[in-house]
Amino acid sequence: MKMVNLKINGTAVSVPEGTTILEAARKAHIEIPTLCFLKGISCVGSCRMCLVEATGARGLVASCVYPVAEGMEVQTNTEKCRKSRKMTLELILSKHKKKCLSCERNRNCELQRLSLGYSVDEDRFKGEDFVLPKDMSTPYIVRDNDKCINCMRCVLDCQKQTVNAIGPIGRGFHSHIGSAFDRPLSESPCVGCGQCVIACPVGALSEKSSVDQVWKALGDPTKKVIFFVAPSIRATLGESFSLPIGTNVEGKMVAAIRRLNPYAVFNMDVTADLTIMEEATELISRIKTNKPLPMFTSCCPGWIKFVEQTYPELIPNLSTCKSPQQMFGALIKNYWCQKNSVDPKNVYTVSVIPCTAKKYECERPEMAGDVDCAITTRELARMIKTAGIKFTELEEEHYDNPFAFATGGGNIFGATGGVMEAALRTAAHMLDGEFQVMDFFAVRGTKGIKEATYLVAGHTLSVAVASGLDNARTIVEQVLSGEKKYDFVEIMACPGGCVNGGGQPALSDSVRNNVELMESRAKALYNCDNNSEVRRADSSPVITMLYEEYYGFPNSRRAHEQLHTTYKADKKI
Amino acid sequence: MEKSDFHGTQLQAEQLTETINRLKSEKGCLMHILQEAQAIYGYLPIEVQSMIAEQLNISLSEVYGVATFYSQFSLKPKGKHRVSVCLGTACYVKGADKILAEMEKQLGIKCGECTEDGNFSIDSCRCVGACGLAPVVTIDEDVYGKLTPDMVKGILEKYKEN
Amino acid sequence: MTSEQLKKIHQKYSDLIKIRKVVQEEGEKLVKDSKYRKQVLVCGGTGCTSSQSLKVIEQLEQSLQELEIEDVLIVKTGCFGLCALGPIMIVYPEGVFYSQITPEHVREIAQRHLKNGGKVVKEYLYQGTIAKDGSIIPFAETNFYKKQLRIALRNCGVINAESIEEAIGAGDYLALDKVLNEMTPDDVINEITASGLRGRGGAGFPTGRKWSFAKASNSREKYVCCNADEGDPGAFMDRSVLEGDPHCVLEAMTIAGYAIGAKQGYIYVRAEYPVAVERLKIAIRQARAYGLLGRNILDSGFNFDIDIRLGAGAFVCGEETALIRSIEGHRGEPRPRPPFPAVSGLFGKPTIINNVETWANINPIILNGAGWFSCIGTHTSKGTKVFALGGNITNVGLVEVPMGTTLREIVEEIGGGIPNGKKFKAAQTGGPSGGCIPEQYIDVPIDYDSLLEIGSMMGSGGMIIMDEDTCMVDLAKFYLEFTADESCGKCTPCRIGTKRLLQLLTKITEGKGEEGDIEKIEELAYHMQQSSLCALGQSAPNPCLSTLKYFRKEYEEHITDKVCRTGTCKALATYHIIAEKCKGCTLCARQCPVKAISGSIKQPHVIDNSKCVKCGLCMENCKFGAIYRK
Repeated sequence: MKMVNLKINGTAVSVPEGTTILEAARKAHIEIPTLCFLKGISCVGSCRMCLVEATGARGLVASCVYPVAEGMEVQTNTEKCRKSRKMTLELILSKHKKKCLSCERNRNCELQRLSLGYSVDEDRFKGEDFVLPKDMSTPYIVRDNDKCINCMRCVLDCQKQTVNAIGPIGRGFHSHIGSAFDRPLSESPCVGCGQCVIACPVGALSEKSSVDQVWKALGDPTKKVIFFVAPSIRATLGESFSLPIGTNVEGKMVAAIRRLNPYAVFNMDVTADLTIMEEATELISRIKTNKPLPMFTSCCPGWIKFVEQTYPELIPNLSTCKSPQQMFGALIKNYWCQKNSVDPKNVYTVSVIPCTAKKYECERPEMAGDVDCAITTRELARMIKTAGIKFTELEEEHYDNPFAFATGGGNIFGATGGVMEAALRTAAHMLDGEFQVMDFFAVRGTKGIKEATYLVAGHTLSVAVASGLDNARTIVEQVLSGEKKYDFVEIMACPGGCVNGGGQPALSDSVRNNVELMESRAKALYNCDNNSEVRRADSSPVITMLYEEYYGFPNSRRAHEQLHTTYKADKKI
Repeated sequence: MEKSDFHGTQLQAEQLTETINRLKSEKGCLMHILQEAQAIYGYLPIEVQSMIAEQLNISLSEVYGVATFYSQFSLKPKGKHRVSVCLGTACYVKGADKILAEMEKQLGIKCGECTEDGNFSIDSCRCVGACGLAPVVTIDEDVYGKLTPDMVKGILEKYKEN
Repeated sequence: MTSEQLKKIHQKYSDLIKIRKVVQEEGEKLVKDSKYRKQVLVCGGTGCTSSQSLKVIEQLEQSLQELEIEDVLIVKTGCFGLCALGPIMIVYPEGVFYSQITPEHVREIAQRHLKNGGKVVKEYLYQGTIAKDGSIIPFAETNFYKKQLRIALRNCGVINAESIEEAIGAGDYLALDKVLNEMTPDDVINEITASGLRGRGGAGFPTGRKWSFAKASNSREKYVCCNADEGDPGAFMDRSVLEGDPHCVLEAMTIAGYAIGAKQGYIYVRAEYPVAVERLKIAIRQARAYGLLGRNILDSGFNFDIDIRLGAGAFVCGEETALIRSIEGHRGEPRPRPPFPAVSGLFGKPTIINNVETWANINPIILNGAGWFSCIGTHTSKGTKVFALGGNITNVGLVEVPMGTTLREIVEEIGGGIPNGKKFKAAQTGGPSGGCIPEQYIDVPIDYDSLLEIGSMMGSGGMIIMDEDTCMVDLAKFYLEFTADESCGKCTPCRIGTKRLLQLLTKITEGKGEEGDIEKIEELAYHMQQSSLCALGQSAPNPCLSTLKYFRKEYEEHITDKVCRTGTCKALATYHIIAEKCKGCTLCARQCPVKAISGSIKQPHVIDNSKCVKCGLCMENCKFGAIYRK
């Protein structure tokens, strides 16, 4: 690769040809402020925050898109640069709803952080504005366009997801982001993945908060509030408390939730294991009875919505298994309530999930009532902070029994390829009792599409894993056209899987642009798996107990009634 | 969003489908199709844009984004007679704003609107290139140049009779 | 078609065309060998068709039929340039120039002039062609035409734009023939580079350099685009070329295709130009039929085709990266450069984009050589420039002058001066991206660099002349309204900056200006220039900055004294009654919503300016013109 030598603020750096000034500056340990740039998603040079002076260029150039050149000298912090950035901020602030105190992104807002640094006068250019209604139409995302700064990160993310629920509308001062014909998001093809929310630098996009309902339930003496926490939360919640990315905070997290005074704190990894039992059994049965293949996983509600809206013809290929969240709800409201002689009406189930679409999932009519409320990692963090709990100082604690123990296979549900790997462990073992392989390296990693073929007990098992709906679409098109043939396909709507879900902590671009977020978070989960003594769902004592005591066997009639579901075509453009 | 009074006919739908099939292999055909669709329907309501999105297999939001970027595309039905007042520099310098004001006064609507009986709509445009005749107004295909406000009423009369 | 066949057609038609280009005596000689005794040229450009020139042609055809005249040829041409006097009709070989012709005039002219042995109907001639002694001056010798040098417009108003034979007769496609037979792609680019031709779209980038970048880009697929999205309000140069000589653009694009290695061209033209679009369509159809577009052009083995793409009303699409997005069927939002289109343009392939007027200069350069072209113009700006002359000027129209011509020559000689005895105040060039040239610079030779130096720019060639009654703050506001309306909204400085700048200007024109506003305007304007993504945002503050530079006092008067010296800004104006004209009809007093007008019946009234709210109703309603605004 050809290297280019240049100087940034006097420091010599050598970077590969084609590198942008922004990237090169990182090499010189200099951070240039950005708003519209988001690594891998948005690189349009439109916000004009990252302008720098560079020799050979006329005027200021956008460092996020401007390529370096041999001998170039870049200045990132001159009077001219600072003045330009300050003015840009003042212009943005002149049409930004400055309700910072009540904004969900207060103190985690990129605009706020930059404004502080450039000591702006927020009212200097105040003038005509236009007000757009706040979109509260979906159960999962709130769009407050009056806070939007037109950076396009959400739009480009939605485009990358090939959903295109939102886009730029109109032009000039009145241009804004919205669904076609400015209809509510609920009427758009939005799948609720929430990638837009974590891409948003300000508070224009947020989850629809359920925190108040949870507080209310917690304060209701007639309610037994039961929390259950999804696998990936342990790997991300720490970020909200300034811990390094990828810190496993399971113990502190359980301790913190317990201090919110719920009736119990359970481990959702248990129903991840249960999902594996049901799904692996379904897969083998499909293979043996010539039912539609490939079978697609159904843990991801964003993906399910995507299929129902875009590829309804694929519905017969979706596994009928509920997602771990919904299985857990069903498990509590049926098995647990029966066993503890509790009226399900007096139980309030709260799932903690890395996902915005899960909020929609628990409201789906065919499953309504199983999960009363779903809160994201961000909402949980906010509750912990509100309650005054010193998270980092807490001693580690364990989940409550009987749903404390789960296998390593359940842990890795939170990363792309995790469901597949966990399912392969069990399915292979179901087909061949001698099969003991635990590591399926080919399906690991953050690559968008992974394929592998395994030979088990005379069966050739051809599998694929995709994360991100763009990759999902690629696989679907290949399957529909007959170009590719698989037996089993795992799909996660969010790139990298749940560790990068739309409900995860929103990190500022300055962080996101410079770390391998998905890898670091996923690593925490794979470490769990590596360290666990039981890594295969069918070996879990909790799972054995559940089938012995209650469900009988996987895909039994009762299991079908409580742990499986149905889908409905709902074409949207 | 208020429901539009869409009265598209079967024939128009067939014309649109034929147009889309004819143009869809053309690179970057969306603009061209929107132009043809507007020629067929007179405007681009959600029903028409949805047909385009569906048949091109692209999202409605993309179609809408393009349709709202260009001032030529209209989301609202236009009048039977379309008044277009040029507000280009040459016309402006010669008092086009006064002509527009008079048009609005005479028809009782604002620029960008359509009269209740659907007979007239007013729009402004940027330079039709007839600067020698400034200020200029076009009504449908007819061009009126060197106008003064007192001529407006008489010109409109011609179209009221039809 | 082969090279020989092309030359045959050229020969056959060139005599016919020549009659329209030579002086009377020579023309009369040529007519003897022609089957037409006279040729009547009627302008069919948008300007003249708007003033009913098509009806003139209809009447002419009818009259000739009625009079059984068969040896007079009627030619519907493109623009003659003198749009204000349309419809225009020129009769050859005499070369006389009838202006503001009506169908009734035509009947009479046919009767009295066109009939065998007829005489010129002097009373319908353009007044500028009648000398003091009553003799007729050839129109080429009139003030309007004699200082012009028509290169880009060479065939506009000369040929029937819908006839490829006439176009070939006038020389179109000869340059292509030369290129394909005698020149290598490098020869072509060298010739264009040596000519010093710079892009006529506004920025003035050397055309040859642009082409050589595209040629150097390694790709099997390349594109040639013609930017005919002439959105600058008040400019219509490109439209006139397309209406008057569409083939010259097709030919030049084909030459560029050969030079850079492209096989496909696109013309992106405003949908608001129906006549131009129609003529382009006809021209493309004809060129394809003649084998001058498509496969194996002129039997050379070279393939090239051109398609039309229509714009849909977005000024920003004149910016080349936005134009590309628009041809690709997207929102016309510009993107940062590099990469430049010559490296990665349309559909991601190397692309050259030139504007219509630039294309119109290519063929003469190829035929006459770079040396000929580079002798015309100034040191840094070669050739000519077409201007659309408008505003407060007598001869509104299209003019083409050598670079280096002064504004004074254009205004006073070609333009015929300011009407109504008013004084010249400034000229606005470059439209919403340009600036104004005040009287003190009226003698600066106009070229790319001199205009930049005085804070304006060449732009695409709109030139609006303003007299002393024009308020410069209002003018800046007008242009900002335009750019705020046309900003695509992508980048922050332009999306919000244009709006805020407009608000500051509006505030001043409404009499609400405060101390510090001018400084704020300057600061914001400078920011937009420095930090906007594309040329639209970078140049949007220019009209504001240049008026501030030369007419700062007017801004200060608005802010401090609350006075608009031209009376344009309504909120700052005061209304007065001219006692001599006032008949005391009381209408104004009755109309006044605040009872600021007093007076007895049949006695002159007076306006109390402390009560007046400046609604202007009194002035609008006065039947005697007795009220004026100051």
